[in-house]
Amino acid sequence: MLSILVALIPGIIALVWQFGPGVLVQIIIALIAGLLAEALVLIVRKRNPLPSLLDGSAAVTAVLLAVSLPPLVPWWATVFGVSFAIVFGKQLYGGLGYNPFNPAMVGYAVLLISFPRQMTAWLPPLEMASTTLSFSDCVSIIFHPHNALSFDGLTQATPLDLLKTQLGMETHLDEIQSARVFGGLSGKGWQWVNMGYMLGGLWLLRRGKIDWRIPLSFLSGLYLIAMFFFLFDSSLYPSPLFHWFSGATMLGAFFIATDPVTAATTPRGRLIYGALIGLLVYVIRSWGGYPDGLAFAVLLMNFAAPTIDHYTRPRVYGHGS
Amino acid sequence: MFKLWPFKGGLRLPSHKQASSLAPLQTMPLPKQLIYPLIQRNGSISQSLVKAGERVLKGQVLNSTEEWSIPPIHAASSGRVVGIQSFPLIHPSGMDGPCNVIEVDGLDESVEFNGFADYRTVEPQVLLDMIHQAGIVGLGGAAFPTAIKLDPPKPHRIDTLVLNGAECEPYITCDDSLLRHFSEEVLSGANILMHILGVNDCLLAVEDEMQESIAALETAQSNGDFRRIKIVPVPTLYPTGGERQLIQLLTGREVPAGGIPAEIGVVCHNVATAVAVHQAITDGEPLLSRIVTVTGQGVRNSQNLLARIGTPIAELIEVCGGYTDSVQRLIMGGPMMGVALPSDAMPVTKATNCILVAGQDEVIVDKQAMPCIRCGDCASVCPVELLPQQLYWHVRAEQLERAMEYHLPDCIECGCCDVVCPSHIPLAQHFRSAKTKVTRKEQEKAKADHARLRYDARNTRKLNEQMEKAEATKRKRELLTKMAENHKSG
Repeated sequence: MLSILVALIPGIIALVWQFGPGVLVQIIIALIAGLLAEALVLIVRKRNPLPSLLDGSAAVTAVLLAVSLPPLVPWWATVFGVSFAIVFGKQLYGGLGYNPFNPAMVGYAVLLISFPRQMTAWLPPLEMASTTLSFSDCVSIIFHPHNALSFDGLTQATPLDLLKTQLGMETHLDEIQSARVFGGLSGKGWQWVNMGYMLGGLWLLRRGKIDWRIPLSFLSGLYLIAMFFFLFDSSLYPSPLFHWFSGATMLGAFFIATDPVTAATTPRGRLIYGALIGLLVYVIRSWGGYPDGLAFAVLLMNFAAPTIDHYTRPRVYGHGS
Repeated sequence: MFKLWPFKGGLRLPSHKQASSLAPLQTMPLPKQLIYPLIQRNGSISQSLVKAGERVLKGQVLNSTEEWSIPPIHAASSGRVVGIQSFPLIHPSGMDGPCNVIEVDGLDESVEFNGFADYRTVEPQVLLDMIHQAGIVGLGGAAFPTAIKLDPPKPHRIDTLVLNGAECEPYITCDDSLLRHFSEEVLSGANILMHILGVNDCLLAVEDEMQESIAALETAQSNGDFRRIKIVPVPTLYPTGGERQLIQLLTGREVPAGGIPAEIGVVCHNVATAVAVHQAITDGEPLLSRIVTVTGQGVRNSQNLLARIGTPIAELIEVCGGYTDSVQRLIMGGPMMGVALPSDAMPVTKATNCILVAGQDEVIVDKQAMPCIRCGDCASVCPVELLPQQLYWHVRAEQLERAMEYHLPDCIECGCCDVVCPSHIPLAQHFRSAKTKVTRKEQEKAKADHARLRYDARNTRKLNEQMEKAEATKRKRELLTKMAENHKSG
């Protein structure tokens, strides 16, 4: 679990560099809330909280949720999301190893549905920011949201947001992508964050901490369907690389979908599981109601994991094919 | 290069073999006592043929049955029978059991042994009987009667003999030592086994790290008529030495689930068993001794000992310089599949390949098991491609039928899953106990079925009796009426 946290560092550095230190404040809030929630439930369940707190799983859930949030989301949203993730997403099912759904994504989905305005208020990336926020500025805005009024241009649509709204208005893709927030492989800022997560993820793969099948099949699935529609009509559908380096793709591929507790477990099952998440992410992004679809794609496939496992059992030695 | 068919999974484990393999093979001096448990492999207790106070000779049969499933046990030296005493048995339960105890007199007087000058002129059936009479069982650790394995059920046509010299479990080097010191006997034994089975191909598997053994075998091979035996170096990967894994690796064939290797034309024996067969057939000498590895941080000198069967383990430890201060646990077998021994008073048996005197760092500390996080590492190392984490799920919930669907009986209990489990769950142990539960349930079911059959039969019988009775009464009544009528009219 510790290595997962270490592997998140490049992505977090990119987040801080591009979107300011708000994410650090969120991580601290989330860690405190997550560990407290875990400890409280365990005490209520009459268990010794120490082994569970030390296994690092609550910390990983908290940090994964914190890095998914807009950096200046009010503190109570973070506390609510993380507590919901730990209490309802994990402990009420019996704790580590027994939860069918990825707790961080449970927390994220609940926040997104409950507080859509706060959850879509992303900051402009470094290149476009009119003000540079200090750590204390972030703290003050997170704890007193009305303080945000004293700063200009604090929120801006993400490339995926913009794509969704503008395509809805039948604007040509080239025109949309000429907006300043786009650039590089996907969007300014976002490509670096995704590369940071990819770097950390590749390190986890090298260390053998995560199974290669899920990231590979997830990214391949996303790439193939994006390529299909891109070739079909490139004025409506952005390139596969845009999808790879937008939104939560790399975080999802290496850190979320690979959560072993909630993923499929058989070798073939993992390939199917990852590929279907990739497809669902694309479907939700392109035709769904939300700009990014990772949380819902992962949760939907969590549902399917036991069934996938059942139908992909390997042939056991000595049993005919 | 010989084509190999690698099996899935397996583990590269730290070998810990040098300590014992570098030391020379030492022959144990005559022990003071010899101890022979009367309890047999199948749990039955065999009848002792000797009485307390009687003098026995080396090679004299101590207990015997006609059944091939229970090969006889011979006195490994001459002495006086003390009687039957209770000793702890090599069993996880740590139970005591009756043992024949012999006070060795030091004369080592022997009965006369007569072998065959040329086994090729002898009928296989006669040789098989001789192998049974010599008390030979599989010396790899399972101690299955060799004669039974050499006489597979008729429909199966055997084409390949596999000799297992792949000593894959860490610490154990008794087969390595045997191959280096008895290479010619191994090859000669192989020829005899091939004659009995009527096969022309023999694959002798040796781990590629046992270079000296391979060299010794090659030298021996060039000195005699052993052309039909192929020496195959196999990768050092646990559990290559498992019978089914080795057969798959060498032939690409899989033993059917619940079946025996003979069904796919293969018979597999340990290399030490081949040497025992050679000694029994050419010298007429029964199985009296075997090589035992004594190793671990808990013993002063690690080495291989040629020990007489029946020698108390304490005497082996003594020859190896005694215990060190760090001794923690006594294990028979290796660290992966070995059984913990409650005491060193128990004797070397035919199944004792290794005494691991585990020190502080060698005992797998019983770490607190954490919840399964379904990481799947266990599935990736399982050599039979089970899904241990799902099996564990069903076993824990006592859903034995679901566990059977996930092929519980196919688990070979190698323990690879235990080693890689990040939550330190003793998976193999769970599976072993679940298998026992399944067996017990099946026995209960068989019993219940039998009782039901008897009950049904009794009911039918009663019904028939009643009907017969009614019939008889009716007939009697008719007869009486008839007689009365006759009387009236007459």
